[in-house]
Amino acid sequence: MAAPSDSERYAVATQWQLTWWRFRRHKLAMVSLVVVVLFYLLAVSADFLATSDPHETDARTSYIAPQPIHLFDDGAFRPYTYGLKGVRDVKTFKLIYTLDTSRKVYVEFFARGYRYSFLGIETDLHLLGLKDAGKGDGIHLLGTDLLGRDLWSRLMVATRVSLTIGLVGVSISLFLGVLLGGVSAIYGGWVDTVIQRGIEVVRSMPTIPLWLGLAAALPNDWSVTQIYFAITIIISLLAWTDLARVVRGKFLSLREEEFVMAAELAGAGQTRIIFHHMLPSFASHIIAAVSLALPAMIISETSLSFLGLGLRPPAISWGILLQDAQNIQTLALAPWLLFSAVPVILVILAFNFLGDGLRDAADPYG
Amino acid sequence: MSGSDIILDVRGLKKHFPIRRGLLRRLSGQVRAVDGVSFSIRRGETLALVGESGCGKTTAARCILRAIPPSAGAVNFTIDGRTVDLATLPRRQLRPLRRHMQMVFQDPYSSLNPRMVVGDIIGEPLLINGMANRAERRARVTQLMELVQLPSAYFNRFPHAFSGGQRQRIGIARALALNPGLIVADEPVSALDVSVQAQILNLMLDLQDRLGLTYLFVAHDLSVVKHVSDRVAVMYVGRIVELAETETLYRRPLHPYTEALLSAAPTPVPGAISSRIVLEREIADPANPPPGCPFHPRCRYATDMCRSEVPQLQEVEPGRWVSCHRAGELGLAGVG
Repeated sequence: MAAPSDSERYAVATQWQLTWWRFRRHKLAMVSLVVVVLFYLLAVSADFLATSDPHETDARTSYIAPQPIHLFDDGAFRPYTYGLKGVRDVKTFKLIYTLDTSRKVYVEFFARGYRYSFLGIETDLHLLGLKDAGKGDGIHLLGTDLLGRDLWSRLMVATRVSLTIGLVGVSISLFLGVLLGGVSAIYGGWVDTVIQRGIEVVRSMPTIPLWLGLAAALPNDWSVTQIYFAITIIISLLAWTDLARVVRGKFLSLREEEFVMAAELAGAGQTRIIFHHMLPSFASHIIAAVSLALPAMIISETSLSFLGLGLRPPAISWGILLQDAQNIQTLALAPWLLFSAVPVILVILAFNFLGDGLRDAADPYG
Repeated sequence: MSGSDIILDVRGLKKHFPIRRGLLRRLSGQVRAVDGVSFSIRRGETLALVGESGCGKTTAARCILRAIPPSAGAVNFTIDGRTVDLATLPRRQLRPLRRHMQMVFQDPYSSLNPRMVVGDIIGEPLLINGMANRAERRARVTQLMELVQLPSAYFNRFPHAFSGGQRQRIGIARALALNPGLIVADEPVSALDVSVQAQILNLMLDLQDRLGLTYLFVAHDLSVVKHVSDRVAVMYVGRIVELAETETLYRRPLHPYTEALLSAAPTPVPGAISSRIVLEREIADPANPPPGCPFHPRCRYATDMCRSEVPQLQEVEPGRWVSCHRAGELGLAGVG
């Protein structure tokens, strides 16, 4: 059989194929898609990529500057870094730990490190580790904080927390949005009025004071996981309104479409019309709306945690890492702590471009 | 006209849309889109419902099929020797009757779900009405596609791969799927190129012959209607102003509005003297119709009586209805 021609391929292309072909033309969105996928891969393998236990403190490794890894030793590929030594400051008599350039510590791939569980499997395998490490030696790619915790490892775990909070939050608001938006459009009348006015009330509330109040109401003795879910719910309680409006608008405009009337005249019931004709028609619009809602969610969590109202230590998220970079003094002493802002900016930008591209491609028939 | 061969009898059909204003959505008026329409259609004939845009013809068509509920009136539909009033029938009892009356839509683009392949679009009415077997359905769809002269190889194509005329064939095939007795065609060719219009009209006529269909043909253009319809009902602001056999209506219109519509239709005779009557002002507002005859502000024959008294639709000759105070006295110009 001959290969199908282009026009033949186009004739039998589904909505998703058409959307994908159109999306592919949006270069910036394609790059963003790759960035987002990479970040989520990173989130999944956070513990594997971490070089040391993100919770382990060590007074000796406090405020160590980002530590370079040298790739070649004597002309051969043999990555190494330097060990740690204590030096007495002659003015303050304080013991300061710095890198000991006379002592090389070799880097090992697929090394054994702290134990963690991945998809239910207990393991201690890590991408990078040190061979014959002495006490206090470590790979601090991005330096360490006041308590001597490795910033790179903490950033990996924070990425996982912050990115999943976005996903969980969006799922909750998607559920609320589709449910309430759909009910609003299908039933109409006073139900519609109540829901729409409710949305206006929710949207007119200033978010920060409301979050403040809700977050302050969380019991102090809750575990990290409980707080995590409470925060996602608080964030999504405000975020569903946008999605509800998108869904309602789509329902109302689709109801006027002639193909919906044709199905009705053929004797189709309401369930079939909604699930067979209407939902598939605006599924792509919902995906675009979701990809634009995600960055807002992530920003919300980051700012809440930054202000100390969201997740609290020992939980690790981008906001909590940035909390460390709150005052000038620490920034002057350890400017590398500000690096945590870089992934935040990257992810938010990527999501926004991705959402833009999706929105443009969402209706391939327009 | 004997009572037994009438398939559809519409009596005093009304559809009023409420206008609500303000925070409390108080009723502040009504759009009388359809305001007392009566006509009947014999089995196997084509009745054209003609009028300008906004005259309520599409609303009337949708009310007849109960796509939207009418405000008042009766729609007596006769099928298998049984007559039911569609206007008041509960939804539950309406659904099994839907298969006997189908619609062909105006816009061949929005009337086909872009996310379904042609075979599924045409087969959907079959699926809904209980033909669950895939192979059986496919056989019937193939047969329908041949009926409307579409290659059955296009079964798996999506609507976006088709031209307007082909899409309208798909729409017709879907309407025919359940072997309906009555087809309401809502301006089926007005969105198509002129060259394609004739093909679709001929297809519809051919199908009528072969399947014994009855058409209610909604149109805004008298030149299209002439070729397909047996009788014509002219609508103006929610009411029928004239109803007659096509031939008679074209030759000797009795309502000034019909005369104006006829004069607007292009004549295919080169060099023919155009005596086009240009109607002044806009079509009357159905939310606020003028007193007396709704057409009087645009009528060049209007008298004082027309401005104050509403004319009734009267049978002036057998089968010939008109609603005009001066119906007999004006010698109006027809065509052909």
